[in-house]
Amino acid sequence: MSARRRLSLGERLVIAAPYLWIGAFFLAPMLLIAKISVSQSVLARPPYRPIFEPSDSLAAIWAKAQTFSFDAYRALMSDTLYLESYLSSLTIAAVSTLIALIIAYPFALAMARAPERLRPMLIGLAAAPFWTSFLIRVYAWIALLKDDGLINNALMALGLISAPLQMFATTGAVVVGIVYSYLPFMLLPLYAALERQDPSLREAAADLGASPAQVFLRVTLPLSREGVIAGALLVFIPAVGEFVIPDLLGGSETLMIGRTLWNDFFSNHDWPAASAAAIALVAVLMIPLLLWERARLADEDDAR
Amino acid sequence: MSAAASWARRATLFIGFVFLYAPIVILAVMSFNASRLVSVWGGFSTKWYAALLENEQLLHSAKISLAAALTSATIATLLGLLAAISLARFGRFRTRMLFFGAVHAPLVLPEVVLGLALLTCFVAFGVGRGFVTLVIGHVTLTMCFTTVAILAALRDSDPALEEAAMDLGATPLGAFIRVALPQIAPAIVTAYLLAFTLSLDDLVIASFATGPGATTLPMRIYSQVRLGVSPQINAISTLLLALVAVALGLAALVSSGRARRDGKW
Repeated sequence: MSARRRLSLGERLVIAAPYLWIGAFFLAPMLLIAKISVSQSVLARPPYRPIFEPSDSLAAIWAKAQTFSFDAYRALMSDTLYLESYLSSLTIAAVSTLIALIIAYPFALAMARAPERLRPMLIGLAAAPFWTSFLIRVYAWIALLKDDGLINNALMALGLISAPLQMFATTGAVVVGIVYSYLPFMLLPLYAALERQDPSLREAAADLGASPAQVFLRVTLPLSREGVIAGALLVFIPAVGEFVIPDLLGGSETLMIGRTLWNDFFSNHDWPAASAAAIALVAVLMIPLLLWERARLADEDDAR
Repeated sequence: MSAAASWARRATLFIGFVFLYAPIVILAVMSFNASRLVSVWGGFSTKWYAALLENEQLLHSAKISLAAALTSATIATLLGLLAAISLARFGRFRTRMLFFGAVHAPLVLPEVVLGLALLTCFVAFGVGRGFVTLVIGHVTLTMCFTTVAILAALRDSDPALEEAAMDLGATPLGAFIRVALPQIAPAIVTAYLLAFTLSLDDLVIASFATGPGATTLPMRIYSQVRLGVSPQINAISTLLLALVAVALGLAALVSSGRARRDGKW
């Protein structure tokens, strides 16, 4: 199985449609932004100087390749905005993932330990928000977090604070929004991992003299590792590239890479810079995915 | 289990569900508030719903979004099925890694990157943006989710069953349709619903891929929301939430009815 094989005619017919689709609407656009990332930014429409024409001969393409501008990439490294946005996105995503894990773990545990006939209903209720509009769930938090919003009003009515707390348009609000929106993604794999566990393992540990805390730390938690990893990835990866949440709940000081790209593209019209950043992101994100698939295929070979 | 543990469990569940549902419920309650202000209860009113019915722009966008979701979910499910078959059953063909990477990329890439790439492509080739480009964008976005959902089910189904059917004289296509397809049918339905929901809800890809005349509902909601909380947006949000609640309730009824019939209860 390790030799690369050719596809039969029937197989080619099956793969043709999806291959052509991603070729035309994913690979070609990616090549195009790779090209734009080495063009010069100009004030025009489209706002970059085209490099290749379809009619160019190979020699002409080579001659033009000499004039490639790597300004956009150099700017990526020297202008710290992109680097800062990326690091800040990673931090915000990591903090949100951790908080989501801390909230979701006891929640998933309580569902997994609930009476068996209640479990399908509980997990259904926990998963239901996933099917509702993401935009609407983020929007719902604006009414809660605003200066004259419900949380501030409630706190002032109780006399706990005298002036409204600034919660809306802060990085903290972005973290709340991410935790809330992505909680079902954390809950489901955790629940699946916890529900599968054999209760007799915990009973055995308790019979051997382990305290409830020891049972949790040495049996339940290690056995749920896969669920924790899956949940963390499902929250962390989309959170890094998130645009809607920082844009609606964040303040002007909240830097996130998705928002920086959007602004550079739509407001600053700096397509080469945005393209260079996008290409860098593709490289950073795709390499782990491909390595993971290669490892999975190697496992499959071992299993044979 | 001890009584204390049982109480702790109930309290955790209660707090967890309050966190998940309170913001949505508050939004729904606010949509019936006669006052414009979040902080003032001006009495019960359905005037914001009445105003919705007269908002031609919003209604038009809702139609666009629905049409785009139906079309793109259908195409994305078909393409996802073909891509999943290729990845699950064709072994290590040449350029498999390229295919795998390109199919899965939108799962890990920020939507902004995909949208930006599509828009530059449409501009470079002089493609006018509108409903067609919107559908193209949504198919490209959702195809990776449909592929992953169907691929997981195909990996779980036993290829030996199909081989047995072929030994008994079925063609590869016939064996697939009569043996594998019934096994993965639930995953295909899930894939379709997933693609439909993602398309209906998408703001980022739509903002890049669509043009004047094909403004989607999330884009309208977004531009309103940027200006602040609006009672009409509360009303349309509540309608959308109610729609999902009804659909999920029906799905739960159907699946519990089926479980009862199969004697699982």
